[in-house]
Amino acid sequence: MASAPLRMEVIRIYRELLYLGREYPLGYDYFRPRLHKAFMAKASLQDEEQIRKGIEQAEYVKKEVEALYYLKKYRTLRKAYA
Amino acid sequence: MSGLRILVPVKRVIDYAVKPRVNKAQTAVETQGVKHSMNPFDELSIEEAVRLRERKHPVEDILAFSAGPAKSQDILRTAMAMGADRALHVVEEKTDLEPLGVAKLLKQVVEQEKRNLVILGKQSIDDDAAQTGQMLAGLLGWSQATQASKVELEGEMVTVTKEVDGGVETVRAKLPMVITTDLRLNEPRYASLPNIMKAKKKPLEKKTLADYGGELGKRLKTLKVMEPPARQGGGKVEDVDGLIGKLKELGAL
Repeated sequence: MASAPLRMEVIRIYRELLYLGREYPLGYDYFRPRLHKAFMAKASLQDEEQIRKGIEQAEYVKKEVEALYYLKKYRTLRKAYA
Repeated sequence: MSGLRILVPVKRVIDYAVKPRVNKAQTAVETQGVKHSMNPFDELSIEEAVRLRERKHPVEDILAFSAGPAKSQDILRTAMAMGADRALHVVEEKTDLEPLGVAKLLKQVVEQEKRNLVILGKQSIDDDAAQTGQMLAGLLGWSQATQASKVELEGEMVTVTKEVDGGVETVRAKLPMVITTDLRLNEPRYASLPNIMKAKKKPLEKKTLADYGGELGKRLKTLKVMEPPARQGGGKVEDVDGLIGKLKELGAL
């Protein structure tokens, strides 16, 4: 079993990603199963180091998705107003 | 010098990604059941206020303001999640407020809350009036810098780089002042889930138009709202002669 604090960490980042997914351009129904799959694929990880790496990767994806949203908005507005 | 007391008015508008539909009576755009979010230009103003604080300027307080239906509260929560300290909501369900009305309202808020800097979006993406900031500056008798793409602060002096046609214009003024934001001012942060949660604990004050002397009657009447004409498809020509024939037909040759 993963240690409790890491377990909390994983659930936290999963939740944050789920929240982000609600606005995903291809829809929440596209985003959610894929996110779930990505987490399930690593569900068996036992090594603390490996789990930390996974969390880091999730944080990275979160940043990427936020950047994607920003760019999409910026480009739409630039097209409309500049 | 005394600290900055910033007011950031925000507006709840139809989400930028939604294609607006005109209602059957051609009097307005359908808003029922349509996704709404914060006016993107207002996100820029919140972000700029927060960044002023992060750049170690003496920001005392950032107040987010919105006037509109009860759901505008969600937008104010977002503003607080992005970094505003507290929010003021003037609840108005029935009438759509006009820029002049909002400016008059904001003037009172500025005076009551003793603000010395107002940062607004240059326009909202629904009405596209681009008037509120300018009228507020006029009513207050304050300096204004519109379409800011850069804001620098030094003591009481504010230097603003403005986006104008084909270039930039730099202006300087003393506080208090009104600034309206342009698209390239900054990159607004995302209101993340934990910050939204934290924002629920921040104070949100509710008022009504009656608290501000009530009557902000409408001066404009919308006569008709129309969709832009649908694009007409192009046609194919067989060969060069066909092309020339077509061009002649259209009077281009």
